[in-house]
Amino acid sequence: MPKIPGLIKGLGVTMGTLGRTVRDGADTVQYPHAKEAPPVRARGVIALREDNCTACMLCARSCPDWCIYIEGHKQLAPPRRAGGKPRQVNHLDRFDIDYALCMYCGICVEVCPFDALFWSPEYEYSEPRIADLLHDKSKLGEWMETVPEAPELDAGAEKKK
Amino acid sequence: MNSLLAVEIPYWGQSLLRVLGGIVAVLLPAGTIVYLFLFKMMSFMQSRLGPMEAGPFGSMQLFAEVGKWLQKEDIVPAEADARIYKLAPVIVLLSTFLLVVVVPFGPDAYFVDFSAGVFYALAIGSVSVIGILVAGWSSANKYSLLGGLRAAGQLIAYELPMVLAVVGVVIQAGSMNLQDIVVAQNSGSIFGWDGVGFPFVLTQFVGFLVFLIAVQAELTQVPFDMPIAESELVSGYMTEYSGFRFLIFFIGEFATAGVFAFIASVLFLGGWGVPFSWFGWEGLDDVDNWMNIGGPVIMLTKMLVLTGIIMWVRFSYPRFREDQLQRFAWKVLIPISLANIALTAIVKVAV
Repeated sequence: MPKIPGLIKGLGVTMGTLGRTVRDGADTVQYPHAKEAPPVRARGVIALREDNCTACMLCARSCPDWCIYIEGHKQLAPPRRAGGKPRQVNHLDRFDIDYALCMYCGICVEVCPFDALFWSPEYEYSEPRIADLLHDKSKLGEWMETVPEAPELDAGAEKKK
Repeated sequence: MNSLLAVEIPYWGQSLLRVLGGIVAVLLPAGTIVYLFLFKMMSFMQSRLGPMEAGPFGSMQLFAEVGKWLQKEDIVPAEADARIYKLAPVIVLLSTFLLVVVVPFGPDAYFVDFSAGVFYALAIGSVSVIGILVAGWSSANKYSLLGGLRAAGQLIAYELPMVLAVVGVVIQAGSMNLQDIVVAQNSGSIFGWDGVGFPFVLTQFVGFLVFLIAVQAELTQVPFDMPIAESELVSGYMTEYSGFRFLIFFIGEFATAGVFAFIASVLFLGGWGVPFSWFGWEGLDDVDNWMNIGGPVIMLTKMLVLTGIIMWVRFSYPRFREDQLQRFAWKVLIPISLANIALTAIVKVAV
């Protein structure tokens, strides 16, 4: 008996929500037709800036489930100054991330010493076939456009040279 | 039905009409309830829109769902008792079809005019328990078995208050024939005022409440969904079912909701009738023929209101624990309905 006011109140909550949904629309959006913008720094997908990558393999070695595949070869680049010796650089042949394996821990982004990997809020890259989730460096490079600007440094922070 | 069409229909034609009518009377409420309440009302109560893609406002979603289920493989577990396992959903749906047979939809629009229709309805209403128990047992799955046993315990416990709640109506109407109960309500008067007839919900309000709660439990709708408890028993007796057998269980659940709402509106809300005083009808024989068309519409409206209440409660409350559920039936509902019967009988004799 003493529970009856609470029971009626519960019925009121659901009916009130129904009325609010009819009047003001739902809290959800109809996804393919309307989209919600994810937070700017959402961990949607990992993008690659190919120019910065030196094929050092740190990311591939630190990846907990080994979903990064890197191949590269050494080649000679023209000298920086006239009269110098040609430089030896690592050229990146292959940089694939298997998003069927990736668990979005972000260790590769943290560990990259050359700022080649970034988090992007992009999330619409599902595929009908699981094998198609292995994305190569050109695809990873396209996602660089969606990477947000780096946040401002804190006041008094040491500037990177 | 003869007077409706004003031509003589041969027996096979009548049988065909009855079968078609039965299918419509079972499937139409089920489809309406699922779309209107399960898809739309529940979604709106959770501040979302529900299915919107199939047809305008998702109105064709039902056909998409049926198509999906028909495509799926009909899996029978290796250890299952295959013949009985396959039979169980049919028993459940069959009890629904047998139940709708007694419901009168108009002065001539009924399937069978049982003189003890209430008795038949309550007896057939409990046949679905056998189907559920058999489904739980033959699945060879511990979750199904637990769900089936819980369902049996619950349905038997709530069968009693349901029967006892109806007894008050039977005493007041002085008949077990559902058609007589409708006529008694619509030709009655309240202290000489016959503007709304005399729907029994006014005097049998306690019986009406007990009946609705018992129906909620019979249908294993949410506060009483211990037998199917999807988060702990993975849908109980339905765990192993897939494809069209699951579809039959699903249709059976909501069709039974519709049919029980039909019976509740016949017993308590005046059924298909409008108050006879509006048109100067004296009894059943004076009722105009158009009531055979209007009656089903009135019944459908009342059914939608009642199932709306059932579904509203379903979407609002959390689940009862097994012991709370049994205690509620045996210690609250049965004493209340017994007291209601005693009071009704005393008033009936005294007045």
